[in-house]
Amino acid sequence: MTRAVLPALGALVAALFMASLLIGPAGLGLGQSLAALFRGEGEAVVMVMRDIRLPRAILGLAVGGALGLSGAAMQGFLRNPLAEPGLIGVSSTAALGAVIALQTGAAAAFALALPLAALAGATLSALLILLMAGPRGGALALILAGIALSALAGAGTSLVLNLSPNPFAAAEIVFWMMGSLADRSMSHVWLAAPFIALGCAMLLTTGRSLDALTLGEDAAQSMGVRLSRLRLVIILGTASAIGASVAVAGAIGFVGLIVPHILRPLVGARPSRLLPASALGGAAMVLAADIAVRLIAPDRDLKLGVLTALVGAPFFLHLVWRMRKVEA
Amino acid sequence: MWASVQSSDRGLARLVLAPALALWAGATAVFADAPARVVSMNLCTDQLAMLLAAPGQLISVSNLASDPLSSTMVEEAAAFPANRGGAEQIFLMQPDLVLAGSYTSVASVALLRDLGVRVAQLPPASSLQDVAAQMREVGALLGQAEKAEAMAAAFEASLEKFRHTGDPATAAMYYPNGYTTGEGTLSDDILKLAGFRNIGAEAGVTGGGILPLERLVMAAPDLIVTSTPYPGASRSEEILAHPALTALRARAGAARITDADWVCGTPYLLRAIEAMAQARAALGTGP
Repeated sequence: MTRAVLPALGALVAALFMASLLIGPAGLGLGQSLAALFRGEGEAVVMVMRDIRLPRAILGLAVGGALGLSGAAMQGFLRNPLAEPGLIGVSSTAALGAVIALQTGAAAAFALALPLAALAGATLSALLILLMAGPRGGALALILAGIALSALAGAGTSLVLNLSPNPFAAAEIVFWMMGSLADRSMSHVWLAAPFIALGCAMLLTTGRSLDALTLGEDAAQSMGVRLSRLRLVIILGTASAIGASVAVAGAIGFVGLIVPHILRPLVGARPSRLLPASALGGAAMVLAADIAVRLIAPDRDLKLGVLTALVGAPFFLHLVWRMRKVEA
Repeated sequence: MWASVQSSDRGLARLVLAPALALWAGATAVFADAPARVVSMNLCTDQLAMLLAAPGQLISVSNLASDPLSSTMVEEAAAFPANRGGAEQIFLMQPDLVLAGSYTSVASVALLRDLGVRVAQLPPASSLQDVAAQMREVGALLGQAEKAEAMAAAFEASLEKFRHTGDPATAAMYYPNGYTTGEGTLSDDILKLAGFRNIGAEAGVTGGGILPLERLVMAAPDLIVTSTPYPGASRSEEILAHPALTALRARAGAARITDADWVCGTPYLLRAIEAMAQARAALGTGP
C-alpha cells in the first residue's frame, strides 16, 4: 500500500491542478478553456487561461508543496509533531520581511528584494527557533518560542502597514496573516518559483539523515549524519521555500501540520518517504482550498488561511489532546 | 446621588460641557439663519463649503482636503486649519454647524450631536442630479442659497454640452482589488452621459463591487478607466499592473486615469466629464 501512495497523490494533485485551471468566475467552457491554454485559440480566453488562471494554479502547487514539505522536514528534524512553519513563526517573520521590502520601496527598485527579504526573515526565525527549541528543547519550548515570534512579527507587520502612506496597505494585514492567491501573475511565479524549487530540493536531500535521526541523535551520528550540517540544510531549505511562498501568497497556516500527520501512517512513518508525499499532499491541500475559496465566495477574495485554519486548528487541538494523554 | 445624575444624563462629558454649550447657543443666535462658525469633516462637503461659504464663515476643513490625490482644492484648503474628524477636536473649535458625510464616523457624529452641536450629514453624490442638488443643499445650510443656485444652474447647463448622442461604446472603471462602480453611482452616470455602456453595471454590480479580472478580460471594453496609485506599496493596487490588464488596456481604444476631479460632486467634476467626452469622441462612431 505504501508504494501506491505517491502515484495516488500525484494523480490527485494533477486533477486538482486541472480543476484550478478550469474553475473561475468567467465561466468558460471546458473545450474552449483547453483550446486556449494549449493551442492559444481565442484572444480573450487565452489571456484568462494563461495570464490569470495558470499563474494561480502554479503558485497553489508550489506554495502548497513548500508548506507540506517544510512541515514534514521540521517535524522529522525536531522529532516533534507540532513543528510547522506557520505555528513556529517562520511564516510570519517571512511576511514581516516581505512587508518591509515592499514599504521601503526596495521591492520596487529591485524585484528580487521581495523574496530575498522574506527569505532573510524566515532564516532569522528558523535559526532562533532551532536555537531555543532545538532537538532537546521539547514541544512546549518550541510552541512557546513560536507563539512569541509570531506575535512579534505580526505586530511588526501591522506597524509597518499602518505607517504606510498607502491607504490600502493597512487593510492588507489580513492578507499577510491569512494568505491568498487571487490575481497573482506570472511575474510572481518567476519571482517565487526558483527559490521554492531550490528550498524544496534542499529539503528533499535530507530524507536519509532524517531516517537515521529517528533512531536518536547518537545512533544517527554513528551512522555518519552530521547534525550541524543537517540543521543548516533544514534552516536554509525551509527559509528559501517558505520565504518565497509567503512573499507572493502571504502566510497560509496549518498545511505543514496536517499534511504530514495524515500521510505518516500511509508511508510507514519513514521521513525519507514522508517528505515527497507531504510535498504532494501540501500541494493538493492548497489547490483544493484555493478552488474552495473561489466556489464559496467568487467575488470576495476569501483568504486561504481561513479555510486551512478551519480544518487545521481543530486538528491541532486534537494533537495537543493526544499528547496530553501520552504525557500523563 | 452623583452616580444617579451621571447615569441619567448620558455621561460626565455632557454634564460638564452643557453650560458651555448654552453660552454658544446664545452667542450664535444673533446670526439668525446663517451659521457663523462652520466646520466641515468630509472631503466633499469641504470643497462645496470652500466654494460657497462667505469669507470667515468656514473655519476648518478635513485633512483630506489637502491630499492632492483626492482633493481638487489643495491650495484653497491650505488657508484653513485642518481637522482629522475627531469629535474632541471639532467640538473645541466651537462650531455652530458641522458638515459631515453620511459615512463619517458614527461615533464622532453621535458624540457631537450629544454635545448639542448641529451636524448636517450629506450622502455621497450617486448621480449627476445629486451633484446639483447637493450644491443647493450646502448653499441653503450656509445661508448662501443664491450663490449655490448660480453654481448648480451653471453645472446643469454645462452637462448638456457633453451629452453624447449616437451609439454608446463600452467602458469599465477598474480600481485596486478589482473594485468597479456599477449601477447607481456617479461614475456610471458620467459614463452614460459621455456615451459609454458601463461594463461594471452590465456585470450586475450595483453601487461598488468586485469585478473579477477574468470577467473584465472577457468583456474587453473599449475604454478602461483606472485610478492613480497611492505612494507606498500595496497588494491591492498590484492588480492595476497585472499583465492581463496591461494587455487589455493596450488593446482597448483608450485608457484614462481617474484623479481628484472624479471624487466629489463639485464643479470640477466637469473636467472629468470633459475628458470622458473627449475619449468617446476619439473612439469614433464604430467602436
